Amino acid sequence: MEINLAQLQIGQKGIIQDFDIDLVPLKLLEMGCLPGNEVQLLQVAPFGDPLYLNVNDSHLAIRLETALAIMVEIPNEEKL
Amino acid sequence: MKVGNINIALIGNPNVGKTSVFNQLTGLNQQVGNYPGITVEKKTGVCKLASNLKATILDLPGTYSLNASSLDENVVIELLLNKNDKDYPDVAIVVTDVENLKRNLLLFTQIKDLEIPTILVINMADRMSYKGISLDIPYLEKMLKTKIALVSSRKGEGIEELKNLIVNFRSLPTEPCLNASEIDVEYFNNLRKAFPTQSLYKLWLVITQDVNFVNLDRKELPSSFTRSKDQLKRLQHKETIKRYQFINDVLKVGQTIDINSAKDIRSKFDRILMHKVWGYVIFFFILMLIFQAIFDWASVPMDFIDNAFVSLASLVEGILPAGVLTNLIVQGIIPGIGGIVIFIPQIAFLSLFISLLEESGYMSRVVFLMDKSMRKFGLSGKSVVPLMSGTACAIPAIMATRNIENWKERLITILVTPFTTCSARLPVYAIIIALIIPNQRIFWVFNLQGFALMAMYLIGFLMALISALILHKTLKIDSKSYFVVEMPNYKMPMFKNVAINVVEKTKSFVFGAGKIIMALSVILWFLASYGPGEKFEKAEEILASQLPKDEHFDAKVASYKLENSYIGRIGKSIEPVISPLGYDWKIGIAIVSSFAAREVFVGTLATIYSIEDSENQDATIKNKLSEEINPLTGEKLFNPATGISLLLFYAFAMQCISTLAITKKETNSWKWPVVQLVFMSGFAYVVAFIAYQLLK
Repeated sequence: MEINLAQLQIGQKGIIQDFDIDLVPLKLLEMGCLPGNEVQLLQVAPFGDPLYLNVNDSHLAIRLETALAIMVEIPNEEKL
Repeated sequence: MKVGNINIALIGNPNVGKTSVFNQLTGLNQQVGNYPGITVEKKTGVCKLASNLKATILDLPGTYSLNASSLDENVVIELLLNKNDKDYPDVAIVVTDVENLKRNLLLFTQIKDLEIPTILVINMADRMSYKGISLDIPYLEKMLKTKIALVSSRKGEGIEELKNLIVNFRSLPTEPCLNASEIDVEYFNNLRKAFPTQSLYKLWLVITQDVNFVNLDRKELPSSFTRSKDQLKRLQHKETIKRYQFINDVLKVGQTIDINSAKDIRSKFDRILMHKVWGYVIFFFILMLIFQAIFDWASVPMDFIDNAFVSLASLVEGILPAGVLTNLIVQGIIPGIGGIVIFIPQIAFLSLFISLLEESGYMSRVVFLMDKSMRKFGLSGKSVVPLMSGTACAIPAIMATRNIENWKERLITILVTPFTTCSARLPVYAIIIALIIPNQRIFWVFNLQGFALMAMYLIGFLMALISALILHKTLKIDSKSYFVVEMPNYKMPMFKNVAINVVEKTKSFVFGAGKIIMALSVILWFLASYGPGEKFEKAEEILASQLPKDEHFDAKVASYKLENSYIGRIGKSIEPVISPLGYDWKIGIAIVSSFAAREVFVGTLATIYSIEDSENQDATIKNKLSEEINPLTGEKLFNPATGISLLLFYAFAMQCISTLAITKKETNSWKWPVVQLVFMSGFAYVVAFIAYQLLK
């Protein structure tokens, strides 16, 4: 099942799929947000934005608009 | 014996304890300056390695990679690409955090590609067992082609081993640890053929980065090597993936993490500090605590400093023989220095709190909590730090906007930050409030004067937000919203780092803004002590023919002289402009002279009145002002209408040359400081005019 990052439940993990590199800053890639890596949604700020992630052991926050551009695949055992 | 010197550059991601390592290596042997032409802070220090060898260590700004996206990061690349730079390192030390080794090694592999002798410092090694991490150091050293120092900068462990590695820097390997040119074999082969003597990665950086290179001009590159922005970004994307593949492979063997023995305090703290209710409540209490410190606790040392300088002036006056030089010292220089020193407690308290919040990792949580609401005003969550720092001084606050990636959000933050109530406004507010608001308590706890002061702070913040909203709606700047904030681990702030930070911030205020204040005090004294023509020089003779020689005669001569001094003439000439606001020519002088720095307002009034009434030097300025009579109306000059008009004028007017200068530097254009000046001061005049006309 492929969804965007913002659709993850809090605490849920997914594997990052290919994304449109025009919508995602290089800095995010450099912090480990790369296709194939695991990402976990840790927390969401009030009003649903920004999002707090653990990706590739990096803890970082990004805005909703960036999260919408990143698609993730949920491994079977993580499905709710 | 000749002492040799080697240059060392400290490089690393933000939040890896790079500054702690720097502080451990250099102690208090540090210097803070600026890189030429820009306001990026340049920190250097000296470390004694052996009896005949010392190292000059340069603490470069934190960066996630060599793909620069900010002014701070450009500095790193410009230095590392220029072999002729006098700071070009003999050794590069890349500092990493053991808990974020994977991400931190990305920068390390890029530095290795530059073929500089490189040492890898793995910091926070004391947390390895706590996090269940174990490392195979010989394997890592072999694969990464480097020497590794396991360091715990908080405990000072591993520093001696690091120094030994530095001493033997000539034996460090310089070849890259991976071949990144595999991402486009044909392209890089051609590049190598065209420039056989240059490092391949350096060429790649020249092509992709938008920075100045001294010894290699972009124009020398044949057009066959230029690519569209899109293509370059795709290649950089590939490069990043390639590097991570290498790092993942190395760490799979070289690092083992036992998750079961790892302890996690991060998520516990996050759950409270980033809670949708408690998170804001805690932040509000921290803000209250900071304001309490600035207003209440700082007032004790400030009163002491104030009294000390008054006593010093009268002491000096008693010792030195009467004359021009004594007058200059007692009425110009001593009050001038006093006017700077009095701000030290507030600046120190504010930088103490901000550096505690940043060191502990809490500040990133505030950015996270505030981002969405700040964005409604065209600001960013990262604007919180500048707006808070602005309550001490707008200059460091504007410099703190640099990590806001989005240009529009950053520009708006720069433009509105001077509305927040900086500590230079505080003495102006304090004295006017003391004159027009009665010192009474309401509801037993609230002091009316304290209440008025708080209202002034709220007005400042409110105005910053309103003008941000106006700019957000009117500025037509299209910039992509890139917002990536690292959420570092929570850490106990280190005393040494915090202390050095507080001292540096305070020093840069005293010697930066202080120079202007000092110079103005002396100029003011001169303008008030001399005047053109007969009216000034023969004041005594002129008055002697008109007035009886009673006990008030000397004071009247002094007053007459001041009115006809240079500064009196200036004040009188602008009186028509400012009298609709309720000000007389003396307040006019104070406004003109405080155009360079607000706090000069009080100093000027002090100068004016101490010159006017030199028999009563130590009577406090407040009493003098409250006795002042407006010659036009015959009533007290500082009535509520004039007072409120003055308060509002100082809340909004752009009375600070240093802020304009820093805005020019940070925006790289004269347009924005001019906008700031016209908008703020124009608005201030209109508001002060309306307030006085309604209240008088």
